[in-house]
This record gives sequence, C-alpha cells and structure tokens, in this order.
Amino acid sequence: MALNKTLRPGLIQMRVLDLDQTLDFYTNILGLNEVGRTEDGRVMLKGYDEFDHHSVTLRLADEAGLDYVAFKVDSPETLESLKDATEAFGYPVEEVPANTNQPGFGKRYGFTICTGHRIELYADVEKAAQVPMTHNPHPWVDAPRGMRAQRFDHCLLYGPNIAEAEKYFTEILGMFAPEVCNTPEGNRFATWLTSGNKAHDIAFVEYEKPGKIHHLAFLLQDWNDIGNAADFIGRYSLKRDVGPTRHAITRGQTICFWEPSGNRIETYCGGYTAYPDNPVRVWDVSEVGKGLFYYEGELIPSFLQVVT
Amino acid sequence: MDDYRITDEATGETFFCRPDESLLAAMRRTGKGPIKMGCFGGGCGVCKVRISDGRYQTFKKMSRAHISPEEEEQSIVLACCVKPLSNITLIKA
Repeated sequence: MALNKTLRPGLIQMRVLDLDQTLDFYTNILGLNEVGRTEDGRVMLKGYDEFDHHSVTLRLADEAGLDYVAFKVDSPETLESLKDATEAFGYPVEEVPANTNQPGFGKRYGFTICTGHRIELYADVEKAAQVPMTHNPHPWVDAPRGMRAQRFDHCLLYGPNIAEAEKYFTEILGMFAPEVCNTPEGNRFATWLTSGNKAHDIAFVEYEKPGKIHHLAFLLQDWNDIGNAADFIGRYSLKRDVGPTRHAITRGQTICFWEPSGNRIETYCGGYTAYPDNPVRVWDVSEVGKGLFYYEGELIPSFLQVVT
Repeated sequence: MDDYRITDEATGETFFCRPDESLLAAMRRTGKGPIKMGCFGGGCGVCKVRISDGRYQTFKKMSRAHISPEEEEQSIVLACCVKPLSNITLIKA
C-alpha cells in the first residue's frame, strides 16, 4: 500500500540474450501473462494480479541487464512537480511522449541517477485487457501457472554512491528507508527504500561498476509457493542461487535463481509492515551474511558477486 | 559418446565433461575446475575462461559486456555457453 505520492515500481525493462527461451521462462515457469509485442519486437508481460497494461518488458540485446525501472506516481500534477524537483536535484530529465515505446503508458520522465541507473516516472497507464476481478471478485480469473507470480514487487540495484541515491528517493520521491546497512566507517553499504507499507520497493548496494542489477523480484502468495517455485527450479534445471530461506533484512521469505539470460530473479513473500514513523533498522556490514541469509547465517559468495 | 577430459592449465586438475553439457555445468557437477558459481545464462561474466587447447561449440549467446568479438576470436569464452567437441585445456581469464 502506498502511503505517499510515489505509488510503486510499476514497470521494468530488462535486456535478454535469448528472447524465446527467456519468454518461455517468464510465461510458463514464472507464470506471467504475455500482453503483446511492441513494433520493434520487445515483449510486454504482466502478473495475473496486476491491473495496469504491463509491468515487465523484455528487449533482445547483446548484453543482459536492466534498461530502466519506472515508478508510478499518484497524479499528473505530482508527475510535473517531481520532474521539476528531479532537475533541481541535479538530474537532467528526458520526456518520453505517451504511447510511444511503452504501449498503454502515458508520458514518462526519464533520468540517470548517480548509480548509473535510468529511473522513470509516470502517472497514467491504461488498464490491461484482462485485469483482476473487482465485483464479487474471485482471487484469480484464470488459474495461476508455474510459480504463480502475482506481480512485480521490487528490484535490487548495484552501483556507486548509493548515499546520494537514497537522498534522491527519500527527499525528492518522498520514500523512506526502513532498513540500512553501514560500513565500520559509517558509510552506506546498502539501503532498502519503500513508498508504502512494503518493506522495500527498491534497494541499492554500493558497487564500483555503475548500472548493474542484482535481481528483480516477483510476489508469491506464501511460503508454500516458495516451495512450489523450488520444485520448478529443480524440474526445469534452472540455476538456483539461494533459498528457500528468509532474509532477516525485510524478513521476506525467498528463493533466488537465474532466468535463461542470466538475470537473477527472486520470488518473494512476507516481509514486515513498514511505517515511516518507525525507527530505522540498522545492520553492520560484518553481520550482513546473517541479515541476508537468516537460516544459513553466513554470506553466500555468488549473492554478492554475480550481477548483470 | 564418451565424456571429454577437461584440464585446468593453472592447476593441472582434470575432470570430465559430457558432450551435451556446458563446461561450467561439468565444473558444478564434479566440484572441480576453476569456477564455482555464476548465472549459467551467459549474462554475468563470472565464468570467463580461455580455451588454450581443444575444440568446442558455443551453443548460447554470450553477453558482449563480458566477451568482445576480439576475445571470442582468441577463444576467450563464458564456460556456461560452450560445450566440448574434444578434450580441452582451459584457464580462468
């Protein structure tokens, strides 16, 4: 639930190395629905419990990784004020006209932040052709497939100067950090940021190389569905990274693995309820292994070293 | 078909790779070789190796963020994206 003018991360565009194989993963294993294709051959997808036109776009490219993540805001007036505030913060803003490279989406404002990631903002988006029921609603229209992912949930990005990124997301977008991790010198090693009651909508880890993505995450119903996801990972020989386990950070229950183009996917459920008036939870970087992998109690090297 | 012998040039360690699995999959299965992790999708670049001897087939696209066309010419590859066609000697790149 959003508590302020920035609603949620509503759209993410990913670069993939093999479109057909990766799309087969997204639809038949993860369980998203294909919404359609753009004129230039990108694929639009959404979760069965999402109302907006689409939430994930896959673009065939020579490199894996993230093109951009876009946040939906509550009104056109908010969008314009955030554009001005973003420019005043020091990030030049590019306007992407409505219904151009993301069908169904209204005008977007895009800009590159200090970590090397492109962030976008938008206020308007058409509803999808098939949306969740709203009148005497059933939990779903068509039976969920595969891992039964409900919706796009959050992403974790790696890049330099995350302290400035945290400042931008809190001071300009009005989000807050329920949880952070600091180095012994008191610098930010990681920050988890939310616009509402979710424990995180986006997170950053300090990293030398700019513009990297650690994972994008999709919401599952519960711990039983994490086990179901693990069965699909085994059955289709996906490469598992960590889990099923719990993050002490966010308290979410999780399993992480890689899709066929090498981008890490998290399927996630649970997590605490975040409130902006609660004290910030603080981790020392020396304890981050247990913070990330509460059951294992130690760092899993691939989790910190493998990014796209 | 018989499995192919893979040799790590740096350590002399050997292990066997099936003709239908990637070099990285064989390292994972046997617990041997220079690389213990990666995305297994050609995206992250962690499993970059140079093939110093032997024939191989690239069956999966390798991210250009990690393997340039020049490197590909010099038999520098991602171990998750190639299968052996003969015995192979490799070294972590």
